Amino acid sequence: MESQERGQKEEAPAVGKLRQWDTNAVAEVVEFRGETTIVVPREHIRRAAEFLLAEPSLQFTFLSDITTVDRFPLEPRFEVNYHLLSIERKMRLRLKVRLAGNDPIVLSVTPVWPTANWHERENFDLFGIRFEGHPDLTRILMPDDWEGYPLRKDYPVEGFR
Amino acid sequence: MVLNMGPQHPSTHGVLRVILELDGETILSAKSVIGYLHTGIEKSCESKTYSQCITLTDRIDYLAPLSNNLGFCLAAEKLLGIEVPKRAQYIRVLMTELTRITSHLVWLGTHAIDLGAMSVFLYSFREREEIMKIYEYVSGQRMMTSYFRIGGLALEPPPGWLDRVERVMDAMPGHIDEYEDLLTKNRIWLARTQGVGVFSAADAIAMGASGPLLRGSGVAYDVRRAFPYSSYEEFDFDVPTQTAGDCYARYQCRVAEIRESVKIVKQAMNKIPSEGPFRAEVPGIIPPSREEMKTSIEGLIYHFKIFTEGFAPPPGEVYQAIESPRGELGVFMASDGSPKPYRVKFRTPSFVNLQSLPNLCVGRLIADAVACIGTTDIVLGEVDR
Repeated sequence: MESQERGQKEEAPAVGKLRQWDTNAVAEVVEFRGETTIVVPREHIRRAAEFLLAEPSLQFTFLSDITTVDRFPLEPRFEVNYHLLSIERKMRLRLKVRLAGNDPIVLSVTPVWPTANWHERENFDLFGIRFEGHPDLTRILMPDDWEGYPLRKDYPVEGFR
Repeated sequence: MVLNMGPQHPSTHGVLRVILELDGETILSAKSVIGYLHTGIEKSCESKTYSQCITLTDRIDYLAPLSNNLGFCLAAEKLLGIEVPKRAQYIRVLMTELTRITSHLVWLGTHAIDLGAMSVFLYSFREREEIMKIYEYVSGQRMMTSYFRIGGLALEPPPGWLDRVERVMDAMPGHIDEYEDLLTKNRIWLARTQGVGVFSAADAIAMGASGPLLRGSGVAYDVRRAFPYSSYEEFDFDVPTQTAGDCYARYQCRVAEIRESVKIVKQAMNKIPSEGPFRAEVPGIIPPSREEMKTSIEGLIYHFKIFTEGFAPPPGEVYQAIESPRGELGVFMASDGSPKPYRVKFRTPSFVNLQSLPNLCVGRLIADAVACIGTTDIVLGEVDR
């Protein structure tokens, strides 16, 4: 209770700005260990990314990482996490998009941050997330003819024999 | 013409394949093919307890094992909400700065060999060896040290270790001058690096470059300064930057960073108290001391439980970044409340930095591609994980 109150008091500036810009873009805000996570509905991710990059008081110009967590067998199964960094404002922010297991498709953010190219390929390769609008969505770490997505939870650690 | 450079090519520093499309000797496009060293470390972590994962982190970036240890331990400590004793924090700083020096020395030596300057390698490996001896003395291992553990260090450093560190660090500035004598004003070196692989600051940020690759382009972003961890805010050091953005600028940045690291190590030596705990005291999570384990029943139970079933952090997700010798090393860790990490992701700087290779070498000659690969300072074990 207390931590929740404190969390609200010190709400990260990005949360307010994003909400002010479009209330639908913020589905949920999670504060944990001093880190802010904004859950963004799937259809808003590209627009939200563009806004966070361009907003002068935020300037999230640097995308550190994109990574997925597979919550199998729960639904929505996949959580795609975008770790943003503002070098100018010394802030970090995590965006999260939840995707259903039978429809793991999300808009690519490569047009916003070119560095997302390889990150998205890695998530496609290891989790089978499809990034719509990605220029070259092919496997990156696994061989091209590999079957299955190794980092999914229903994929055995020692592989299929 | 399409030229296949690698996967077995001496200048790719590992198993990297670059498909170069050429017009004469000019590069029209460069495509990196990676994954030859993929070992599934992230998947393996999911079936091990948190402490067991530490040995895997050594093997991600085998030239900077302690930096990986640190990134992983800090992430786990953040998840658990553990405060590490100051003494352990300073020792961690000292050891990771030594790691930065060894890593940059390997880079300097091999990069110089790539560009035809054989002798620098012999000098830089001479000093690296001395630091490796310190690793061995402190942790028992030269390379895969696994010296940092969740909550602190694996063991108390042996007596007299700081004297050894001091001896090496006192000699270091003179040795750096030696390397600089060989390279900094060397006309061949200048011709091979100046104006080669120019990377603008805007491109570097857009491509997610970090470390000397970013600072060589004039962006003074260093995780140690921007988001201090392990008490880095108490240390006095500069973040060297250059504005040219070419291979020479990155060379200058790295050499200056070695000097800064020597400075930090010397400060850490003065800060480390001679006595005090080397790991936090958190019953049930941090193993008790040998003494306590052998004399108290609680100690024995905790010891047994920690080493058989591990400990369970609260459910949640954290992202912890550190400045590894190559740039921002981020560890994303998700816990579901069980003793094994639900998901661990290593955001390795080599993987992201390698993506910039076409930005550096397209439009230049094949020989420049060798300089560009060298100057991004990739470790293929880290690229593929």
